[in-house]
Amino acid sequence: MSALRQIAFYGKGGIGKSTTSQNTLAALADLGQKILIVGCDPKADSTRLILHAKAQDTILSLAAEAGSVEDLELDDVMKMGYKDIRCVESGGPEPGVGCAGRGVITSINFLEEEGAYEGIDYVSYDVLGDVVCGGFAMPIRENKAQEIYIVMSGEMMAMYAANNISKGILKYANSGGVRLGGLVCNERQTDKELELAEALAGKLGTKLIHFVPRDNVVQHAELRRMTVMEYAPDSKQADEYRQLATKIHANAGQGIIPTPITMDELEDMLMEHGIMKQVDESIVGKTAAELATAAA
Amino acid sequence: MSQSAEKVLDHFDLFRQPEYVEMFEDKKSNFEAPHPQEKVTGIVEWTKTWEYREKNFAREALTVNPAKACQPLGAVFAAVGFESTLPFVHGSQGCVAYYRSHFSRHFKEPSSCVSSSMTEDAAVFGGLNNMIDGLANAYNMYKPKMIAVSTTCMAEVIGDDLNAFIKTSKEKGSVPAEFDVPFAHTPAFVGSHITGYDNALKGILTHFWDGKAGTTEALVRQPNDKINFIGGFDGYTVGNLREVKRIFDLMGVSYTILGDNSEVWDTPADGEFRMYDGGTTLEEAANAVHAKATVSMQEYCTEKTLPMIAEHGHEVAAFNHPVGVEATDKFLMEVSRLTGKAIPEALAKERGRLVDAIADSSAHIHGKKFALYGDPDMCLGLAAFLLELGAEPTHILATNGNKEWGAKVQAMLDASPFGKNCHVYPGKDLWHMRSLLYTEPVDFLIGNTYGKYLQRDTGTPLIRIGFPIFDRHHHHRYPVWGYQGGLNVLVWILDKIFEEIDRNTIVPAKTDYSFDIIR
Repeated sequence: MSALRQIAFYGKGGIGKSTTSQNTLAALADLGQKILIVGCDPKADSTRLILHAKAQDTILSLAAEAGSVEDLELDDVMKMGYKDIRCVESGGPEPGVGCAGRGVITSINFLEEEGAYEGIDYVSYDVLGDVVCGGFAMPIRENKAQEIYIVMSGEMMAMYAANNISKGILKYANSGGVRLGGLVCNERQTDKELELAEALAGKLGTKLIHFVPRDNVVQHAELRRMTVMEYAPDSKQADEYRQLATKIHANAGQGIIPTPITMDELEDMLMEHGIMKQVDESIVGKTAAELATAAA
Repeated sequence: MSQSAEKVLDHFDLFRQPEYVEMFEDKKSNFEAPHPQEKVTGIVEWTKTWEYREKNFAREALTVNPAKACQPLGAVFAAVGFESTLPFVHGSQGCVAYYRSHFSRHFKEPSSCVSSSMTEDAAVFGGLNNMIDGLANAYNMYKPKMIAVSTTCMAEVIGDDLNAFIKTSKEKGSVPAEFDVPFAHTPAFVGSHITGYDNALKGILTHFWDGKAGTTEALVRQPNDKINFIGGFDGYTVGNLREVKRIFDLMGVSYTILGDNSEVWDTPADGEFRMYDGGTTLEEAANAVHAKATVSMQEYCTEKTLPMIAEHGHEVAAFNHPVGVEATDKFLMEVSRLTGKAIPEALAKERGRLVDAIADSSAHIHGKKFALYGDPDMCLGLAAFLLELGAEPTHILATNGNKEWGAKVQAMLDASPFGKNCHVYPGKDLWHMRSLLYTEPVDFLIGNTYGKYLQRDTGTPLIRIGFPIFDRHHHHRYPVWGYQGGLNVLVWILDKIFEEIDRNTIVPAKTDYSFDIIR
């Protein structure tokens, strides 16, 4: 068996991060890889397509029931899904209370101590949004994920988030081994999307690993709580995910230390591509009525 | 009555003066809206019943007076066992003040430990700058040879990554690149002080053996004839380690004590302040990888460390805080087997003396019932000794004992005729113990200083053995391991038994008929 490969998917909320990661991992499983998915999102929806389940029981909710994490066994928290992909969800508190980041730390420590990483080829961490606190950075600490894949789209805020995540990676890349594996663009059909994604990848010093086109079959599969790989393996979309999986598989050790850009540079980039116009400072903060009066 | 400078009354006496007695009564009746005395007495009596005990044991979410401390305390304990090592706790200052005062109150010695002084801004922005400045200050002010880093809850909740922080601090020049800064994450809300001891010791040994966090090559083991000895978290470390060293020297064993705390917590008053004293040298700690075997005196203090050592190719042996004849026999025979060194006549004689002492006093101890609490290993060691004496360890409780520990204690009880009516209580606290003492009374209670509240409530005489002992001095200077140590424990138990006999036979011609001065 080759050395354990650890990767992580980061990206803005709602970008299709979990969908993309689950489809890609299902494709990897089709290639014969033994996979463990560690969901690091309090919403606990990182494994639903693999498990055909609404929401998996999370490590933290089970621990809260049992009294403490020490009272749990690996079998309690790990479920087998499509092609024997092992799934765990770290879980976390309801919005507004507690600390979800600590939950990620607790869960990953538990999995390592219980030997969950033994006998598998891939561990994939699915992490919400930006790197918001030290806990959510747990998957990119030394000896954890080697490569990070950022799921983004051509929308301004998704690119902003991708840049922010790069900042988080940079912080840990200097002292540890984590690298940016590349960007995955999940098509939103915004203007010049491919061009922009490639430009951002260039600025960050990385590459656009794959451009996943938009296809309704993804929604059809999701409604059935399935990955496209399982629902429609012969579809064109399944082929896209297969390509992405192959590229990620071949990308081992190819990651880079990202070069995040400033907010101004990001806006300049959008202007270069004609997505954003130069802002006319004279109209900032004026209501429509005021502007009408001024024009009259 | 106003105080006079000539004769200052202590508050014990002052508050018994009529004006204070009257003031307290007024305060209570006028401002405290108290329940009637009968009701208070009624409730107190109810807490002594079986009915209350059952409710008490059905408790799920609440812990009252846990008999354990938190991880960083154990991490600090492990750290100061190494030569000129400054424990550095990444977190807030109050936590560190607690570790220092806890050890100082027990060992009656100053206990040095620094904090990275995280405040609210560090909680928001992360503690990296505190680590950078803290390491630089600690290194320059206190001139340690090593700084061992652990964490408090606060740093753990925000997820500070010690490995990355220490590397960054070195890059920023806080300490030289080659300076030893081993680390361990020790979230205080997980496990107890013995977990922290385990994590910190593992962190230190991993640092020296496995390439100092990726900065050098891992050591290649070249087995020699030495053995390593790990004492575990132990309130008697000063006496115990000196005793173990004496025993090893008598046997001619070459050894390394991994974490030798016996000097730093027993420095002489000769006019020189020793911030660091004694301890395992850093060279010895590194070379310990070459040893043929490693012995842990406390299994539950080395649950992670010992398997890590075994992975390096050592033969390992774990004991449960051995006290008494049989346990010491087993320990010495194992050391003899591992090293090929015979047990010398001098030790055989000490054994004979302990057996003799036990026989001399057997009539007083045999059949006596004891309740005891403490750390899991110590409970096992002391309970085994009580069974050996023919006493009954009726209630055995460890807040930081798990189910597996409970099963181990139960197996020991099942194997002895004196263990028949005895029970083990893993994960319970001292409020549970209070119910046990009321509903199934025993003759004596063995525990740390906090047992004095149980003695006050239930009237069960307390024999102070454990950690911390704040209210009796210098017991930590005496060993409880080895045959000599067994003798010490025997004497402490006997002293209390005789004191109780005396206390119950003190009134002439009423409770005292025979003017006995011989026991």
